[in-house]
Amino acid sequence: MNNDNKTKEKEIKATINACKLCSPLGASIVFRGVKNAMPLIHGGQGCSTYIRRYIISHFKEPMDIASSSFTEEATVFGGESNLITGIENVIKQYNPELIGIATSCLSETIGEDISLYVNKYLRNNIGKDNPKIVHVATPSYSGTHIDGFHKSVKAIIETLVKEKINTKSKKINILPGFLSPADLRYIKEVLEDFDLSFTMLPDYSETLDAPIWDEYKKIPEGGTSIDQIETMNNSVATIEFGKTISNEFSGAFFLEEKFGIKRFNLGFPIGIKETDQFFNILEKLSGLSTPNKHKLVRGRLIDSYVDGHKYLFGKKAVVYGEEDLVIGITNFLFEIGIIPIIVASGGNSGKLKDFIQNNGAYISNNEINILNGVDFSEIEEIAFNLKPDLIIGNSKGYKIARKLNIPHIRVGFPIHDRIGGQRILHVGYNGTQNLFDSITNALIEYKQENSPVGYSYI
Amino acid sequence: MSVEKIDIAEVKNELIKGYPSKVARKRDKQIVINKVEDDSVVPEIQANVRTIPGIITQRGCTYAGCKGVVLGPTRDIVNITHGPIGCGFYSWLTRRNQTRPENPNDENFMMYCFSTDMQEEEIVFGGEKKLKKAVQEAYDLFHPKAIGIFSTCPVGLIGDDVHAVAREMKEKLGINVFGFSCEGYKGVSQSAGHHIANNQLFKHVVGLDDTPPKGKYNVNLLGEYNIGGDAFELERIFEKCGINLVATFSGNSNYDKFANSHTADLNAVMCHRSINYVAEMMEKKFGIPWIKVNFIGAESSAKSLRKIAQYFGDKELIDKVEEVIKEELEKVDKVMQDVKSRCSGKTAMLFVGGSRAHHYQDLFREIGMKTLAAGYEFAHRDDYEGRRMLPHIRVDADSRNIEELDVVADEKRFKPRKTDEELAKLAKEGFDFKDYYGMMPEMENDTLVIDDISEHETQKLLEIYKPDIFCAGIKEKYGIQKMGIPCKQLHSYDYGGPYAGFAGAINFYNDIDRMVNSNVWKYVKAPWQASPELMGKFGIE
Repeated sequence: MNNDNKTKEKEIKATINACKLCSPLGASIVFRGVKNAMPLIHGGQGCSTYIRRYIISHFKEPMDIASSSFTEEATVFGGESNLITGIENVIKQYNPELIGIATSCLSETIGEDISLYVNKYLRNNIGKDNPKIVHVATPSYSGTHIDGFHKSVKAIIETLVKEKINTKSKKINILPGFLSPADLRYIKEVLEDFDLSFTMLPDYSETLDAPIWDEYKKIPEGGTSIDQIETMNNSVATIEFGKTISNEFSGAFFLEEKFGIKRFNLGFPIGIKETDQFFNILEKLSGLSTPNKHKLVRGRLIDSYVDGHKYLFGKKAVVYGEEDLVIGITNFLFEIGIIPIIVASGGNSGKLKDFIQNNGAYISNNEINILNGVDFSEIEEIAFNLKPDLIIGNSKGYKIARKLNIPHIRVGFPIHDRIGGQRILHVGYNGTQNLFDSITNALIEYKQENSPVGYSYI
Repeated sequence: MSVEKIDIAEVKNELIKGYPSKVARKRDKQIVINKVEDDSVVPEIQANVRTIPGIITQRGCTYAGCKGVVLGPTRDIVNITHGPIGCGFYSWLTRRNQTRPENPNDENFMMYCFSTDMQEEEIVFGGEKKLKKAVQEAYDLFHPKAIGIFSTCPVGLIGDDVHAVAREMKEKLGINVFGFSCEGYKGVSQSAGHHIANNQLFKHVVGLDDTPPKGKYNVNLLGEYNIGGDAFELERIFEKCGINLVATFSGNSNYDKFANSHTADLNAVMCHRSINYVAEMMEKKFGIPWIKVNFIGAESSAKSLRKIAQYFGDKELIDKVEEVIKEELEKVDKVMQDVKSRCSGKTAMLFVGGSRAHHYQDLFREIGMKTLAAGYEFAHRDDYEGRRMLPHIRVDADSRNIEELDVVADEKRFKPRKTDEELAKLAKEGFDFKDYYGMMPEMENDTLVIDDISEHETQKLLEIYKPDIFCAGIKEKYGIQKMGIPCKQLHSYDYGGPYAGFAGAINFYNDIDRMVNSNVWKYVKAPWQASPELMGKFGIE
């Protein structure tokens, strides 16, 4: 390793221990964030089962995904009748307001024309109380779960938002990206504190983190309602988190192009600087100044930065996960003096390097490896040479932490070796405080456990 | 309502009445009210048929059964998923098999997830080139004894020939390389994948090493996957009894043991569904007889050990087995009685796997709990009704898709393990070979047997019966628990276990005790929900 800042070009090779998941998983999570909606994967039944299994292991919540259960026959003659039977059975059992169809690599490879099938189905069922049907193409040979996520948000908007209705709404749209239910609840609370009415899409803050039930719910309560989505073109602005989203996959870009709704594209609000930007825009949109409650949290956060500085400054961290999460965490690490020696993602937008290097606090002679489109075997190899002090990311990095015997702070998705992945607050002043305390205490604990003397006060 | 007062025919109606008529007709054949007649005759059940699109099923796919279930627990074969990234990622250690290499430096690739991570380019122009590179890369990194290639859905569609790549790379690298045509859309469930996996292991690995085994009583354990350390407990018991385990398919297994497995003198089958055909093929090709065993439940474990001892017919082994059983049951009994005092009379339902829904009923019985309903996720009719119905099984198009190997006796290696006189003697003692009688004859009358239960039916059952515990997998767990009913995962054991053998039985009793007698369920309703009148009264005063 030399001291250059580098991005790794991907050559043709096997992926060993991937740092990304597949596209229909992102789609399924988005559809679960729409009120009374049912996701349906058009493909083999294994996709639904695997993806359910994975989402459930993180959220520890029920997660139903229907399948069109392709057989060998359907792969030869097409999956139309499987899809229609699937839709009919979902309607009869679950009576959803929306069915979100994600096409798997199987149905995408054989080139299924979903809009043809769906239009035919709707024509044959005129007069019935049909659910809305949204289709998103999510072949797993293209992009990652994050692409599936953004594409689904856009597909929902494209399908449901029709002509502009001229009302004088002061509503805003918020497209938060792939955050935790705790993050979504926090963002809603902040918007309410600014007295803003809003549509958040998706909103799985309740559907994927529900209380115990009094009675069985066919579809968990909560989620963005269809009415709210249909009027997203009435809003004054759209706030969208995620710097690496391409215009092609951006719901906010679509709303701006088609309906002239101003798009604010922000980074994940993690750390003071990015959260300040978010609050700054909320001040402008609401005409109110930041409520005292949040000013106090911000003040406490900076106070804690000062208190904790001696534990953190100069420590070296490995950060990995989805690109926008990684950018957010890295921005925050710069603020608190931790050097992110590896910034890695299985995603490959091509934008990761720019956003990290353009951060004001970025120090160019630091040994910072920015790795796009990598797997854990590459992260591990580089990490071994660089001797990091901690790693920050989802459960899949545990193996590296264990080998290096360093603290592992779990953020993002999937988290299946700890409880409460859905309750981790990453964003805003509150989320940053949570991350700050977790990281600092993990380092203190490590020092304490490895110190032969003076371990009562560390 | 108490369980006795529930009208079971009415329950069945309730389960299927929400479906469109076509679906209802199909489900009608897969939901059966159990009735055991003389000579253990039970009603017919439809099983191993396609899940209807839009019905939310527990089932997975062929790839999952092949790569995850059968090859997943083997530590020293490098498994490469040929396909887009999802399938490889989702099958990366998710079955929670454990393994224990004999030496610290022995190969163990279980924590690795290899994928060709196919991109659009490969879908259009073919992925064989990338696959070859991946095999080469895996070889360069680890120099393993063997590499397996697993096909995902698009591979079959674009026509990549994984077997040709395997042959080519086998020749080039001089190690064993074999492919699996386990595309997810083949077959109706993961059961097809088990079959494809086992066929290939049988063709490419079994029989490669003729070294005679070292033990006196040499057996293979088939259909044991070492979830939660089950295999470790069984290995402990076998060793204590002096039984030599030549190979396990495939819990805590390795390549060399598979290669040498044809030298064993008996195949003991745990999960009949996933592997009975391997037992059959090994008998035809090598002359190894097979029996059904069950090491789930203390009594069943004892019975299975006795059966193995009886097969060998050696007094030394018979005595040793009795000694071990006595010693182990003493420990088990103490816990069993204690737990039984708190669990007796409680009710359970089990919907899982291809044998677990049957075997685990024994454990519940031992602590006085009654099974109200059970069913398999991917089993076939013989697993429900017993092997006696095999001649009547209808082979449909989906089953014909799965290759049946044409096996003949191996000229050099075929060796009958028992003489005709010995077999006659065993028969006289009432010893049965290939003795799987299925789940239904062991269940009570008027219990429900449901094949491939859906999410919708699960919730109905919970509402009607409110059982004290429900056994399923992670996909079902949290929906069930939201309804205030504990759910025991019998795929991953909720990361507990082992549950097999004697130590496993003790673990299971304790875990069930903890779940059904937990305090948490008392707090589900807040005081103002539990007695609204009281709160109202205080409000007025």
